[in-house]
Amino acid sequence: MSTSEPMIQREIQKRFNEVTPPLTNQEAFQESQRCLYCYDAPCIQACPTGIDIPTFIKKIASGNMKGSAKTIMTANPVGASCARVCPTEELCEGACVLNHSTKPILIGNLQRYATDWAIKNDQVLFKEGQPNGKSVAIVGGGPAGLSAARELALLGYSVTVYEAEKQAGGLDTYGIVSFRLPKAISLWEVEQIENLGVTIKTGVKIGIDIPFHELLSTNDRVILAIGMANVPDLQIPGENAEGVYDAIELVKMTKDAPFPSHLKDKKVVVIGAGNTAIDGATCSVRLGAENVKILYRRSEQEMTAYDFEYEFAKQDGVEFRWLTQPVEIVTNKSGQVTGMKCVKMKLSEAAEDGRRRTEPIPNSEFLIECDAIVKAIGQKRHLSFIEDLGIAHNDGVILINPDTMETSNPKIYACGDVIFGKGQGEAMVVSAAQQGKTAAYHMHESLKETYSA
Amino acid sequence: MADLRTNLAGITSPNPFWLASAPPTNSGYQVQRAFEAGWGGAVWKTLGDPILNVSSRYAAVHFNGQRVAGFNNIELITDRPLEVNLNEIYETKKKFPNHAVVASLMVEPNQDAWHEIVKKTEAAGVDGLELNFGCPHGMAERGMGSASGQVPELVEKQTYWAKEAAETPVIVKLTPNITDITATAEAAVRGGADAVSMINTINSLAGVDIDTWRPIPHVGGKGAHGGYCGPAVKPIALNMVSECARNSRINVPISGMGGVSNWQNAIEFMLMGASNVQICTAAMHHGFRIVEDLIDGLSTYLDERGILSVQDIIGKSVPSFSDWGNLDLNYKVVARINNDVCINCNKCHIACEDTSHQCIDMLKDPKGHAILQVREEDCVGCNLCSIVCPVDGAIDMVELKSDLPPMTWNERQSLITSLKDHKVTK
Repeated sequence: MSTSEPMIQREIQKRFNEVTPPLTNQEAFQESQRCLYCYDAPCIQACPTGIDIPTFIKKIASGNMKGSAKTIMTANPVGASCARVCPTEELCEGACVLNHSTKPILIGNLQRYATDWAIKNDQVLFKEGQPNGKSVAIVGGGPAGLSAARELALLGYSVTVYEAEKQAGGLDTYGIVSFRLPKAISLWEVEQIENLGVTIKTGVKIGIDIPFHELLSTNDRVILAIGMANVPDLQIPGENAEGVYDAIELVKMTKDAPFPSHLKDKKVVVIGAGNTAIDGATCSVRLGAENVKILYRRSEQEMTAYDFEYEFAKQDGVEFRWLTQPVEIVTNKSGQVTGMKCVKMKLSEAAEDGRRRTEPIPNSEFLIECDAIVKAIGQKRHLSFIEDLGIAHNDGVILINPDTMETSNPKIYACGDVIFGKGQGEAMVVSAAQQGKTAAYHMHESLKETYSA
Repeated sequence: MADLRTNLAGITSPNPFWLASAPPTNSGYQVQRAFEAGWGGAVWKTLGDPILNVSSRYAAVHFNGQRVAGFNNIELITDRPLEVNLNEIYETKKKFPNHAVVASLMVEPNQDAWHEIVKKTEAAGVDGLELNFGCPHGMAERGMGSASGQVPELVEKQTYWAKEAAETPVIVKLTPNITDITATAEAAVRGGADAVSMINTINSLAGVDIDTWRPIPHVGGKGAHGGYCGPAVKPIALNMVSECARNSRINVPISGMGGVSNWQNAIEFMLMGASNVQICTAAMHHGFRIVEDLIDGLSTYLDERGILSVQDIIGKSVPSFSDWGNLDLNYKVVARINNDVCINCNKCHIACEDTSHQCIDMLKDPKGHAILQVREEDCVGCNLCSIVCPVDGAIDMVELKSDLPPMTWNERQSLITSLKDHKVTK
């Protein structure tokens, strides 16, 4: 008897449910009691958005859940998502003074507990500001764009967000695996911002549906928060074969039911060793792949994925092939992937940037049989769009004044992944949120003198 | 192993841990279970004219996740017929002849009533009697318990009446709901008490339900004050025991109680003059089995110090407990922060800065690491920083050598007076 499709879907859904269970009331209460309520707390300083962590935890302890959620969301308009995706051991929890005596407070989990409460209890945490007669267009409805929109709405601006996808939220909605961040969390944050009177136009591509200069001429300011684009080509033969996927697209497909079945029982190789490669691999496992291997041309030491992500992939049974460089995608007659031809690499001395280079070992070519290939070697930029704007950029990385987020055109601000790279910015959601705030505050400062009120 | 046997005015028990007169000692079944668990004695739940109780009787105060920091009750004395209790006392004493069984008694302030209950109770074979002049709720409204215990004359007179009939030692249990407990303790001694015990519970309202606006606990929506006990009252009880212990007119043994929760607490009470301790709330929180660690901890403590008998520690700290006027004004301690141990929570800084003497600075060491430092010349040695510090060993209170000889306030005042007198006579 074959298993029915709805049953299979339910089974897969279970695998995409959040991995980390929420804290129970009792756990949250006890953990919140453990917080020392430090003065001038290092966890606050370690948070890019400067959430007043001891205060929100104290409020959990006192039973003031609304106040706790508000403390978090005030500092970070995507605080519910960040509770789940922040690399807390490198930020707040890493800075917790209890690292020096017992063990750090579970700040991320407590933040999730407080924001979950607000979500479940349908709380209205903020009210829009008195209209000030100014309007701002924001291109891109991801963490940076939403964060800027929220702050501007509180300050009384008329804000319109243009989002190319069907739903806003950007990376939080589409790019982070459901078992870390369910879509509903990100969409709640979007809803909070819409409730402040922000207009979010989805499915609209600026530069295609609406020309950019129109935004510039009809608004007082424009914010670019367009993030990054798809995974670039591997630039090896066979790139266009049937069975080659983009890791970002793959994750996006798993953010909503129905789940795709194209990787079921397949042998999958993932190219790359960053956090997105881990996502591509663990999603493949959950979609029913028979075997998943991550190929990386450097070694374990050089991989850029967070340690906990690496551990997580290993727990999922993902295999790692280090010092392995793909050189050709092998297909059958009908153009379907059947394998990846690779060469063995060896590490050379560290280069100027401290990272060791690799070089191929002669005559080390070998074949890894597979049915599907997931590319996760970084992200492209919206280069041609950016070039058309006439603002300064470095290979698609928009150049800004990091104190103000202002671009070379004083009417245009930029934040989020679009400014990340070439030694500028940070790749984290929480940094994007802070940049959005910064852009909003400085824009407000620059427009103050022109108020009609 | 040290000798843990104790003797309170002739009442002996295998160890100093007695169950106080309260719900845990309501019946023979309970007291026998307690003795089997290792308790040295028990004061039976107060005998008197059986009363009626209400339903919903206890409430506790939880603090920052710690359950039962304090405990409040509105239960009255025994609600079982006197004969039932006396039979069970007889049976219990027969099974456990070496354990102390003391009966708590409460009757109206009447000579005949006291004579009658004392005789009946002693006939059941008790080792001693404890007169309940402390119960603050319910019975007090009927002129008994703390209503008697707050009036020294009534304490003296009723103690005298009980003593007229008693052949076993009479302990008088005192209420803390009075300005100066030594006044009623002295009255008990004048009445002939063989020992005093303290404290009974403190008048209390455990809380108000902020959703329903009803008192906690409530009986069908209405509440009344109860009696407070448990860990939160220990410092109050310890002070009252200490004040009685250092009062030369209260020259009878003391049975100490009020928040005793562990063997350390028991040692504190005994050092401050208690001959034994009575415990209730800790047992209600965890069961009779806690006595195992009470005995074990006390015994190890004594062995480690080479003290052969627990009786050797009784009252040893009393001479060091005095009046404020006898404290040395020239004694000085200051806080020192050990930055190797400090975890930089900065709680000491903000406590000192906002609420004490602004003498802890947040600085950077030469390597740029955050450190905390006390300006000793401004430190008054208040201890606050070391109290709020969450890490053992991060802040030491260090004794500084004084350039001046010891001088108490009283000495200073008498010196000033003598100088004035000197001037006058000159």
